[in-house]
Amino acid sequence: MLVSVYRYNPETDLKPSMRDYQIEIPGGKDLMVLDVLAMVKEQDDSVAYRRSCREGVCGSDGMNINGVNGLACITPLSDVVKNDKLVLRPLPGLPVVRDLVVDMSIFYKQYERIEPYLQNDDPVPAIERLQSPEDRAKLDGLYECILCACCSTNCPSFWWNPEKFVGPAGLLQAYRFLADSRDTHTDERLANLEDPFSVFRCRGIMNCVAVCPKGLNPTKAIGHIREMLMERGA
Amino acid sequence: MGMKNMQVSSVTNFGRSGLSDWLIQRVSAVILLLYIVCHSAIILSTPEMSYAQWRDLFAGTTMRIFSLLTLLALCAHAWIGMWTVATDYLTRRMMGSKATLVRLVFLVGCIAVLAIYFIWGVIILWSV
Repeated sequence: MLVSVYRYNPETDLKPSMRDYQIEIPGGKDLMVLDVLAMVKEQDDSVAYRRSCREGVCGSDGMNINGVNGLACITPLSDVVKNDKLVLRPLPGLPVVRDLVVDMSIFYKQYERIEPYLQNDDPVPAIERLQSPEDRAKLDGLYECILCACCSTNCPSFWWNPEKFVGPAGLLQAYRFLADSRDTHTDERLANLEDPFSVFRCRGIMNCVAVCPKGLNPTKAIGHIREMLMERGA
Repeated sequence: MGMKNMQVSSVTNFGRSGLSDWLIQRVSAVILLLYIVCHSAIILSTPEMSYAQWRDLFAGTTMRIFSLLTLLALCAHAWIGMWTVATDYLTRRMMGSKATLVRLVFLVGCIAVLAIYFIWGVIILWSV
């Protein structure tokens, strides 16, 4: 199989280029894209990429696989390879550190901005803040995000305004804390999102939903945030 | 909580708030749709419209109010839309340091066109 990998070392290369590798795929089993990358690295150990858990939990190996963002470790070749060719590029829209490794600073900055931790002004109880099973269920589909950035780097609004638009990943987490019955800072959180960019740059094209490796739905969460902003402001 | 300084501010959008722009965009869209549907229905149900009929249609107070409302909705809708397009594509990221000037000139141009369109529209509506 022909594997074409985006190569760029800002210290030595004038511009990025694609380098092709011929990889012998063993028959009788369906490899993950990450396995193929390991075989590429055996041929050429200068190829740089991030990986850690190799089971879709850590979110390190998000990349653009044959044109679609996904996690290399849980993307089987049978899902993405057509005409015996695999093209691997870094996540779009973020600065490239080297090859498939991108600088995620702006992505994390937007995550930090939505204050992703419980804030509660009520007196601290002796043991813990309790939550009913019903209220806990409201966090399903939100807390599972692993911050791999596949969604935000598939979003044109995030490409154009990454400093101002929170992006689908950040907004999914923003709603995760807005929806939490133990959080009392709802009003301050909403006030921080009311401007024309943070939430409202979302045009609902659902590119985020199409690529989320965990099957989550940021567009739906953004819709809930809009409803809460409407309740508060209109 | 430290990150408050990352709040996004904007003074060139229509209603100064994302929520109000979003709401106005949707309400104005409904008004525009109603106007189009209403006029399509009138035109389709009147096979051969004479000038006199057309004139009477626009001379009534109700139609004047409806037309004026639609004109206002169109201007608000277009401003919000063009502002959004401008802040997506005419940015520092896309064209460097001259972006702010280019965008402001573009937006002033849009507002001028909309103002002309509105005033002209009012003159036409009241000339019937």
